[in-house]
Amino acid sequence: MNEAFASSALLGTVLSLLCYYIGAKVKARFKTAFANPLLIAVILVVAFMMFFKIDYESYMTSARYISWFLTPATVALAVPLYEKLEHLKRNIAAVLIGVGAGTFSGILTIFLLSKLFGLEKAEFVTLLPKSVTTAIGIAVSEELGGYPSVTAAAIVITGILGNVCAEGACRVFRITEPAAKGLAIGTASHAIGTSKAMEIGETEGAMSSLALVLSGIITVAGANIITDLY
Amino acid sequence: MKHLRGFGIILFVSAAGEILRRFIPLPVPGSIYGLALLFVLLCLKLVKLDEVKAPAGFLIEIMPVMFIPASVGLMDRAEELRAFILPLLVIVAVSTFIVLGVSGLSSQAVIRGKRDE
Repeated sequence: MNEAFASSALLGTVLSLLCYYIGAKVKARFKTAFANPLLIAVILVVAFMMFFKIDYESYMTSARYISWFLTPATVALAVPLYEKLEHLKRNIAAVLIGVGAGTFSGILTIFLLSKLFGLEKAEFVTLLPKSVTTAIGIAVSEELGGYPSVTAAAIVITGILGNVCAEGACRVFRITEPAAKGLAIGTASHAIGTSKAMEIGETEGAMSSLALVLSGIITVAGANIITDLY
Repeated sequence: MKHLRGFGIILFVSAAGEILRRFIPLPVPGSIYGLALLFVLLCLKLVKLDEVKAPAGFLIEIMPVMFIPASVGLMDRAEELRAFILPLLVIVAVSTFIVLGVSGLSSQAVIRGKRDE
């Protein structure tokens, strides 16, 4: 089995896709943020590899091509952003101030806590882009010399946390405006949080997906500046 | 032909983003230049929404699958990461709530301020 994976350009991709499909089905059935399709897929892939004694290099050989679509997929995020153009124009000040202030407060918090824990620079930049959508976060982490796979994990944990706690947190902070709720959820917890915002309401969902792209772009700028200061 | 054209546009813009990254000396991923470029092209109506909507929707739908190899790689390196896990969890939790509060309250203040005018 290990041989088959090591000499294939497709088996790992098929395995990943199949496990994700199962994860998406479980998510549709149980509708809880803990049933995150990506999380389920990773656990299934690892379980499969352990059972059939497939090592990571072999799996990677046959799964790496799928990652090549990450750049076009990130570029494709321009399409939903453009579709939300009317929302953006109507609330331009609230969007820019909300997403900007949120993103910078996040960068600052991570900076201070990383200093407090005495983390190394590589570990700091690994966590820096954890509130943005995975494609952008991984790219930022890679550019600045972090560990992209750890960044991916931090991003998924952030998203699940946002998805599960968003409604409660909005209540605690007394955020009641639908647009503000959406912006808060999207800025804090990217796509996984956005799926929650879409459940809450249409305005929340639209603003959240707007925030997730914008906060990604602002993080790219902010992360570069603060990394030099660490 | 419909998908061919739309997918072609997205790939072309992605490649343009990577080329831009070579010429602009900033540590910004090429995909971000591509995202901005496609957004501008859509706003200028040089690319029509209908042309790219279907292939973009497909790419975004399968995006999580692209993160599986990297995440599986994490399990492979679990040992090295053990010491890092506690600060990671604390930082992730604290910063997520701060970001949510700050961005929600500041945008809410702007929205309400505008309404009172």
